[in-house]
Amino acid sequence: MFKRRLAAVAVGALLASTLAACGGSDSGDDAKTLTYWASNQSTSLENDAKILKPELDKFEKQTGIKVKLEVVPWSDLLNRLLAAATSGQGPDVVNIGNTWSASLQATDALVPFDDATLEKVGGKSRFVPAALAASGAEGKPPTAVPLYSLAYSLYYNKKMFADAGIANPPATWEELVADGKKMTKGGKWGLAIEGAHISENSHHAFAFSQQYGGEWFDKSGKATFATPQNAQAIKRYIDFIATDKIANPGNAEYAQNQSVADFASGKAGMLLWQAVGSQLDLRKMNPADWGVAPVPFLSSPPAGGKKVNSMVAGINIAVFKHTKNQDGALDFVKFMTSDAEQTLLNKTYGSLPSVTTVSDDPAFAKPEQKAIQDTLATSAAPLPQVPQESQFETLVGTLMKDLFAEAAKGKSPSASEIQDKLKTAQEQVK
Amino acid sequence: MTTTVSAPQTAPPDPGSPPRRKRRRKPALPYLLLIPAVVLELAVHIIPMFTGVWMSLKELTQFHIRDWSGAPFIGLDNYRVTLDYNSATGKELFHSFWVTIVFTVLVVALCYAFGLAAAVVLQRPFRGRALLRTLFLTPYALPVYTAVITWSFLLQRDTGALNHVLVDQLHLVDDRPFWLIGGNSFWSLVLVALWKQWPFAFLCLMAGLQGIPQDLYEAAYMDGAGFWRRLRAVTLPMLRPVNQVLLLVLFLWTFNDFNTPYVLFGKAAPNQADLISIHIYESSFVTWNFGLGSAMSVALLLFLAVVSAIYLFFTRKARSDA
Repeated sequence: MFKRRLAAVAVGALLASTLAACGGSDSGDDAKTLTYWASNQSTSLENDAKILKPELDKFEKQTGIKVKLEVVPWSDLLNRLLAAATSGQGPDVVNIGNTWSASLQATDALVPFDDATLEKVGGKSRFVPAALAASGAEGKPPTAVPLYSLAYSLYYNKKMFADAGIANPPATWEELVADGKKMTKGGKWGLAIEGAHISENSHHAFAFSQQYGGEWFDKSGKATFATPQNAQAIKRYIDFIATDKIANPGNAEYAQNQSVADFASGKAGMLLWQAVGSQLDLRKMNPADWGVAPVPFLSSPPAGGKKVNSMVAGINIAVFKHTKNQDGALDFVKFMTSDAEQTLLNKTYGSLPSVTTVSDDPAFAKPEQKAIQDTLATSAAPLPQVPQESQFETLVGTLMKDLFAEAAKGKSPSASEIQDKLKTAQEQVK
Repeated sequence: MTTTVSAPQTAPPDPGSPPRRKRRRKPALPYLLLIPAVVLELAVHIIPMFTGVWMSLKELTQFHIRDWSGAPFIGLDNYRVTLDYNSATGKELFHSFWVTIVFTVLVVALCYAFGLAAAVVLQRPFRGRALLRTLFLTPYALPVYTAVITWSFLLQRDTGALNHVLVDQLHLVDDRPFWLIGGNSFWSLVLVALWKQWPFAFLCLMAGLQGIPQDLYEAAYMDGAGFWRRLRAVTLPMLRPVNQVLLLVLFLWTFNDFNTPYVLFGKAAPNQADLISIHIYESSFVTWNFGLGSAMSVALLLFLAVVSAIYLFFTRKARSDA
C-alpha cells in the first residue's frame, strides 16, 4: 500500500514538473528592466556581448533601467522574431535586418515610428534619409529606425593590380572585366563571387537591375520579375563565370564567405562586399595590400538605367508592441542612436552611423568608411520595401545559384532563357 | 510442486453481482506512469499536428500571424494552389516529390542491402568482429549536424578531400567535378543519407538474424543448399517480421529527411536534390506563407499514410508461416 502511495506521489511530481517545464518565457516585466535581442555583428556572439555590455551599463546608469541582453545568431533571429510576433511574448527591443522591415511591418507586431514617436528618439531629420527609407513600406511610418548602415564596395588587391600593370580600380563593368582578365592566370582569378549565397545573389540582382532600368515589384506591390532588363541584369553577373571567365567556376558553390577568404589570401584580385575591412584584418591581410573603390557602373547605361550601385544595407532597431515598458524601450532606442553610441558602436563594427550628426568623426574618415558613406549618400537604394521581399530574395537568389551551377559547367545562359526562369519564379510569388 | 488454484481471497463478498476476476488486484501504476508520456506526446506531436491541419485551411501569412484565429478561412484553396500541376508552384512541388521518391527508394534499397550483407557476414564470431561492429555503427551514433557538415567540407570542389583524392592523387578524372551543385548533388545526397542510415538497418537485421535457429541452416546445408539459396529460403522468410517494420520505418524516415539536405546544401537545395521536406520549408518559413506550407505538409502526410496503410495491408496478407 505504501509503495503504491509513493508511486502515485512520484507520478504526480513527474507530471507537475512536466507541465511546469512547458512554461513560457517572459519579457521585461516591470518599468525597470528591458529585454534586448541584439544581432551578430562581430566575429562571435561572445564578442558582441563583450562590446555591448559596457554600453548597456551606461544606459542603466543614466536611466536606472536594466537591460537583459541576448545576442541571437542570424540563422535563428528571423524565426525567433516570428515566434515573438505570433505569441505576443518576447523581447522589448530587437535588432532586425533592414530587408525584413516591410515583412515585419505587415505583421503589425512592431511599434510604428510615426512622427510623434520619432520625436521621442530624436526626430526624423536625425537619420540618414537612405537608411530611414529602408525601414518600412513607402507611405507608411517606418517600423524601425536604422542603427548600423552598410553598403557594397569594390575591394581590390593593390599588389595584384600593380603586377598586372593596372593603374586604377575599374569604374565601369567593362573595365572590371578587362582588369579581371589580366589577373586571371597562374591559378589566380580576377574576381571572387559568393555564388551559392542566396541573399548575396539577390542583393547583386537588385543593384544590377537598377542599372539596367529594371524593377522587381511595381507600385502596387505586384512582382515584375520577368522583364528583359532584369534578365540582362542577372546575365551580366552570371557572365563573370560563364563568358568572361574572370571568376573561378568553383565559386558557384561558395556560401560560407569563402570568397572573402580567397580575396584575403590573394587568390582573387577583386571582391564585391559590405565593409569587409575588419574581416580582412582578422584574416591577416596586410592593410597596405587592399584598396576600396565604389562599385562600378555600366559604361553606357540603357534608357531608364539608374545610377545605383548598391542596396542600402544595414541593421535597424525596433520595439515590439507587446512591450510592457514602451517609454523605457524608446529611451533605449534613443540611447543606441545617440551620437556617442553611434560613434562608438559603428567604429567597433566597421559600419557607418545611421545618423547624420556624427559622420564627420575621424573614426569614419578611413578610405573604406568614406567610400561606404559616399555610396549611401549618393548611389544606394533600398531593396523593395514590400512584404514579399523575402520571396524575391529566395526565388531570385536560388535561380541565380542554379545559373551559376550551370555556368560552372561551361553553359552560358542567354537573356531569354533567364527571362523564362524569372517567369517561373514570378509565378510562385504569393 | 503443487498446483494450487489461487484461492478466491480477493473475490468480492457480494454474491449478487456477476463474478469479477480480481479487479482490485489490477494495478493502476502502469497507467499512471504512462500519463507523462501521453501528455507530452499529445502536446508535442498530436496537438501541433491538428493545429497544422487547421492552419492549412487558412490564409496564414505574415499579415495574420499575430492573430491566427483572425486569419481568413479559405478552405481548400491552399491545396488547390499547391496541387495544381499547371501552376509553377504545383510543378515545383511535383518535381520535388518525384526527386524524393527516387531518393527514398534508392537509399532504402541500398541501406537494406548493405545492412543485410554486414549482418550476415558478422553473424559468426571472428577476431575483430566487435571492432568492426563498433566501426559500422559509428555513423548512426554521430550527431547529425557534425556528420553532415563534415561531408559538406569533404565534397567541396576546390578544397575537399574527395576531389583531392580523385583528381590530385589518383588522377581518375581530369576535370574537377562539382559534388554540391549540379547533377552530382543528387548522388552526394544519396551517399550521405546512405552512410548515415545504413547502420540502423544493420542493427535491426543483426538482431533479427539472432532469432533464427541454427538448425534450419544446418538442415538446408544438409539438403545441399548453397549460400544464396540458404539466404533466400531460410534467412529472408524468417526475417519477415523484422523486414516489415524495418522497411516501413526506413521509408518514412528517409522520405521525411530534412537534416541531411539542409545541412549539406544550406537553405536552398539545388534543383536536382530538392527533397520535399526542404521544399516545403522554403515555401513556407522562408516566404512567410505558413498556410501554404501546412497544406503541402498535410498533403505529404496523407500520401505517406496511404502508402503505409497499403504496405501494411499487403505485408499482412502473407502466406501462413511455419
